[in-house]
Amino acid sequence: MEKVIKLNGKKYEVPKGVGTVRQLLDHLDLSDRIAVIEKNQSIVPKGAYEEPVNDKDQIEIIHFVGGG
Amino acid sequence: MPIGKNGQERLGKSAVFILGAGALGSSGAEMLVRAGVGKVTIVDRDYVEWSNLHRQQLYTEQDVAERLPKAICAERRLTAINSDVRICGIVTDVTAENIQSLIAGHDVLLDATDNMETRLLANDAACKMGLPFFMGACVGSYGLTFPFGVQTQQPCLHCLLETLPAQTMTCDTAGIISPAVVTTAARQAAGVLKYLATGEMEPKLESADMWTGERSSIDVSGLKKSDCPSCSEHASYPFLTLGSSIRPAVLCGRDTVQLSWPRNKRLELPLFVQSVRKVVSNLVHNPYLVACEYHGHRIVLFHDGRMLVHGTKSITTAEKIASELVG
Repeated sequence: MEKVIKLNGKKYEVPKGVGTVRQLLDHLDLSDRIAVIEKNQSIVPKGAYEEPVNDKDQIEIIHFVGGG
Repeated sequence: MPIGKNGQERLGKSAVFILGAGALGSSGAEMLVRAGVGKVTIVDRDYVEWSNLHRQQLYTEQDVAERLPKAICAERRLTAINSDVRICGIVTDVTAENIQSLIAGHDVLLDATDNMETRLLANDAACKMGLPFFMGACVGSYGLTFPFGVQTQQPCLHCLLETLPAQTMTCDTAGIISPAVVTTAARQAAGVLKYLATGEMEPKLESADMWTGERSSIDVSGLKKSDCPSCSEHASYPFLTLGSSIRPAVLCGRDTVQLSWPRNKRLELPLFVQSVRKVVSNLVHNPYLVACEYHGHRIVLFHDGRMLVHGTKSITTAEKIASELVG
């Protein structure tokens, strides 16, 4: 079944093959970035990126950049 | 009224330290100066270039032509905007050696640096000196902000990073659009004004992407690390003890090497102009720096004893050029 989540406030159709937080980061090209991730109002600790991404999840990802 | 008469009076008595006079620094400084803070100190190590003008709102084509340092142009422009505000522009590289004396006497630190090393140095100094810190960073169409430092149970920037930044993160070479700068700076400035007027701060990590419309806000208060080397009870402030300002440095994403001379060996700019006049081209000099071309490299010598050698990432090449010019 196709999963639809809310990612950073916008509707997002989760691509096939993306089942965990880590796979979502990989897909978004953010896996080598330092990021703070929240799933359904709880922070996902760095060691828990194998947590599943489920239909209707609300996920927030804020990654750090250097510029200014 | 969010600020009110009392808040405005408090603003007028406050001093803001702005670390960097690039894109975020230009934009944030203009908002705070127009709002009527009492004093703004703005520090930057660089000079104005053509490629800055689409987003660094305090500068003009004339500033580029004169090769003026950003801190000097910023002070002039900000003073012209609001002469009631005491503005102090300082041309220097902010380092572990000088940061504490630079930020002393200010009420807040506005982060407008363009690299994570300096940001973490500022984080250490702000934590040590108990100065509220308004972090901001942006690239492309994206920016993020994070204020902290009012409540000790909240995390600092170092707590959030956990692992130290990879090289890829400190060297953003992608372009940036001005709206990303302005929204990031606006969030920082709103946080500064609210804190100065009311003493309140919401320590939220927030981001916005002006191209995709994504925005995010995360309550990070649970991420305080009890053993953080920068903000815990037994902090060692690692970035305040690292490195030396006279060490050569490759400036990330700039194809530029910065060399520095110790205080006792600095060159007088007029003497430098005399000695290189015959071997360089496109010589431009002002009271703050000398810029010229030498063997295809653009060279800039600042009065604080730093030399930028553009067009190379090799410290050896830069040092060879410096020794040919300076002897």
